[in-house]
Amino acid sequence: MDIAITLVVQGIAFFLVVWLVMHFGWPAFMQALEARQRKIAEGLAAANKGQKDLDDAKVTAQEIIRAAREKAAQIVEQANKRANEIVEDAKQAGAVEGRRLVAHAQEEIALETSRARETLRRQVADLAVRGASRLLEREIDPKTHAELLGKLELEIANG
Amino acid sequence: MTATAGDTSGGMTEYIQHHLTYLTVQLRPGAFWVLHLDTVFFSLVFSVGFLVLFILAAQRATPGVPGKFQCAVEMLIEFVDQIVKETFGGKSRLVAPLAISVFVLVFMMNFMDLLPVDALPTVARDLGIGHLRTVATADINTTLGMALCVFLLIQWVGISEKGLATFFGEWFTAPFHAHGAVAKILLAPANLLLRLIEEAVRPLSLSLRLFGNMYAGELIFVLIAVLTLDASLSHLSTYVFGPIQLVADFIWTLFHILIITLQAFIFGMLSIVYLSMAAERH
Repeated sequence: MDIAITLVVQGIAFFLVVWLVMHFGWPAFMQALEARQRKIAEGLAAANKGQKDLDDAKVTAQEIIRAAREKAAQIVEQANKRANEIVEDAKQAGAVEGRRLVAHAQEEIALETSRARETLRRQVADLAVRGASRLLEREIDPKTHAELLGKLELEIANG
Repeated sequence: MTATAGDTSGGMTEYIQHHLTYLTVQLRPGAFWVLHLDTVFFSLVFSVGFLVLFILAAQRATPGVPGKFQCAVEMLIEFVDQIVKETFGGKSRLVAPLAISVFVLVFMMNFMDLLPVDALPTVARDLGIGHLRTVATADINTTLGMALCVFLLIQWVGISEKGLATFFGEWFTAPFHAHGAVAKILLAPANLLLRLIEEAVRPLSLSLRLFGNMYAGELIFVLIAVLTLDASLSHLSTYVFGPIQLVADFIWTLFHILIITLQAFIFGMLSIVYLSMAAERH
């Protein structure tokens, strides 16, 4: 074991290395590492926030879709109801109109019937008068036999 | 080479002696004023290399995406930083830089042990340099110098963390804690004695452990090299010792990879532990 001046030189050299590392090496690295750590932490936080926002947005979207579906179902239901109502109304209106038409037609028929009967009566009266005049072989003067003819006509008409 | 028994023995001794002799320069008369040029040269080369690379990497360190070199340095730094954070409770900014310097420097100086024992000395001989010891940590001056430096830093950290009064007060009040004035006075000498022994033992054990391991490792490499010292194709022993040397050298190199790493780690780890003990209040 030969302790020599080398000991002092080595000790001082080692101290200088430590001192230089401590002042010019280590802090710079620590700063860089801590800055990177901060950056990564921020990035992760941002990613988490983004994920959370996305989840929230998904929930919101689901809600909106659900509401829209409900609304659509409601609208369809309303439309169906309205359609039924319209059909019902139309049916009722149709029925009323039908009855009106039938009544009208019956009235018309009754009118026509009575008119035809009247015409027929006249013609029968006429035929009767003509027949009677042919039977008497002479002209019946309507003026002189007006009363008679009228009575006849009335008789036929009533008969 | 003439092969008489005396010559072989003499060659062997001379060979080993040669490998254990430093390249020295006498600064002043006296045994202490000898400078080991080889030790200083290799430790200086590694120190400067480490400093240049580390500080360069530090100045160019970016918080963004790191390059490959920065990544490599950062892995080492995070390794050291984690150990220091787990072990050291004080607020001193000295510990981590000290630890990383110890890890890197001791490992690199130890690593020279893995080079073939004759490689660099042969180159040196051709350059006209008679002696060369390449493993700086196999020189007690290096390990003791570093250990004393750590010792002084331990005292400095102790004072700066606790204040002068507490620091020196603990010399007399710990490890035996007393209650009452009489008991305190009675226990003070014992405490002081234990404290002095404890403090003195630390640099010694720190330096001798590393020195012993490296010196022994180097010596074993030299002894393995001695196996074929008088190698010649006409000697039967060469054919026996040649393969033995190859296998032995391989095994010892493998084993030594573990030792040099472990010793660097132990030196650094103990430095951290001592510093954290110095920062703790008793």
